[in-house]
Amino acid sequence: MPTISEKILSRAAGKQVVADDFVIANIDYAMAHDGTGVLAVKAFKEMGVKKVWDPGRIIIPFDHYTPAHTDTGAKLHQGIRQWIREQGITNFFDIGEGICHQVLPENGFALPGKLIIGADSHSCTYGAFGAFATGVGATDMAEIFVSGKLWLRVPQTIRITVEGKLSKGVSAKDLTLNIIKNIGTDGANYKAIEYYGETIQGLSMAQRMTLCNMSIEMGAKTGIVPADEKTFTYLNGKAKEKYEPVYADEDANYCEDLYYDVANLEPQIAKPHEVDNVFNISEVVGTPLDQVFIGSCTNGRYEDLEAVAKILHGKQVKVRTIVLPASRSILIKATESGVISTLLKAGAVIAPPGCGPCLGAHQGVICEGETCLSTSNRNFKGRMGAGGLIYLSSPQTAAVSALRGEIADPREVI
Amino acid sequence: MVTNNKNNNKNINNINKITGKVWKFGDNVDTDVIIPGKYLRTTDFGIFAAHVMEGIDPQFSTKVQKGDVIVAGENFGCGSSREQAPLALKYAGVACVIASSFARIFFRNAINVGLPIIEARIDCKEGDIIEIDTENGIIAHGNVKYQATKLPEFLQEILADGGLVGHRKKVGVV
Repeated sequence: MPTISEKILSRAAGKQVVADDFVIANIDYAMAHDGTGVLAVKAFKEMGVKKVWDPGRIIIPFDHYTPAHTDTGAKLHQGIRQWIREQGITNFFDIGEGICHQVLPENGFALPGKLIIGADSHSCTYGAFGAFATGVGATDMAEIFVSGKLWLRVPQTIRITVEGKLSKGVSAKDLTLNIIKNIGTDGANYKAIEYYGETIQGLSMAQRMTLCNMSIEMGAKTGIVPADEKTFTYLNGKAKEKYEPVYADEDANYCEDLYYDVANLEPQIAKPHEVDNVFNISEVVGTPLDQVFIGSCTNGRYEDLEAVAKILHGKQVKVRTIVLPASRSILIKATESGVISTLLKAGAVIAPPGCGPCLGAHQGVICEGETCLSTSNRNFKGRMGAGGLIYLSSPQTAAVSALRGEIADPREVI
Repeated sequence: MVTNNKNNNKNINNINKITGKVWKFGDNVDTDVIIPGKYLRTTDFGIFAAHVMEGIDPQFSTKVQKGDVIVAGENFGCGSSREQAPLALKYAGVACVIASSFARIFFRNAINVGLPIIEARIDCKEGDIIEIDTENGIIAHGNVKYQATKLPEFLQEILADGGLVGHRKKVGVV
């Protein structure tokens, strides 16, 4: 019997399909950002088609190199903006609106049961809403711009069930890193993941986005949390169109069944240079830091910033600490609630909403011999700057570590 | 901004039969080491080629020759969706990537830009010469032959047309 992926892809293909089938699927929403949009627009033009299939189903947020800081970057932005105007694409989110994986949910495009393809590997984030969402490259995106269709292989599905209450100071990020440690960086390659269990149900939408966002770090095609009341509440007043939640049949075919009890889970840290190089925080405490980065499509949401502000309140960071709220609306909320003021008084630097230093482009690049503790999703060699070392953690761990100038255990202060 | 890539395109045309010198890489070669994020803000594919594999071997772009072959381990191309990664390899002259497994986005991107890839585990050393028949998925290393996973026909067609843009131009819209 069908999994969530099999059901969504059957609907999108207009016929019953099962895992391992190849399908031509109709795409509900297609997203490209400034980083991948450049080549997608170039490929679209080369394909010789004048108009996109449906301008209302294409979403373009600028987030990777924003605001432009080189003349080349400005020129590339200019070219995409011009194309967007020519094509009549109205779902355009220019610099400062936020990271694509926050902009789409906030604007009601990440909907249960939909097939959403993004020209970005972390597009699996929208699985937090019960969507089948996955990342592709620029030319695949051009193909969707042309026809609204894409070939996909229906993935097999791993079912992950998580039980147990997360301890204080332990967050969805720690849970996610722990799962990645167990599955490995390619353990879910080509597969979908469905997340179940009381712990998952207990996660907020922001925490579910953290979890689903990092499914790609196990190679997964998508990671899905079935929609529930929390999902519907979040989408109330936001949803761009009607949606039909999709659930797996009780006897759905899973290629693997994994169980986690997280009651005793410690905060987790991924050491350089692979995301599955994960350790209990007790094994990493005391590692000296040069920089802390709080933000990204994994952990730049309001409740992340709020958790950081609680820890930093009235204190001073010991290392340079860069905070990028994931979107304009998060920045506004954090400004109005006093979170931003707390962070600034504690010595943090606030940078505009966007991807920032996560991919080593700007706003906090590190150099040879420097170590950064980051709330983002990748610690690959050289990602934030040649020769630099990246450790990954939760926002709480990042905050307490910023105060100490070295990796520290958030449970000591929470 | 679109530059003429003619001079940088060292890739060979006949992708069905490839004979090339091997460059060996390990497991989990990610897209950040294939082409770091700071070089992506261009449509000049020569820039991608000039920095290819910089994260592992900063001199690689000066050493790799037209027609060379990469042989790597598991999960080649993991990480970001950047199509610049297979473009960097292709325009640096790499004729084919053989890996024990590929990350799924890289797999799609390589075919879409016309970079032949083959999933196989083969035993060879750096500098060895190997022969690849991409159509039939056969790799020959000296007297030893390996049968690799064959690409589905529709993907072979895309590769044969030099990638998805060329294929779309040839067959029209789906």
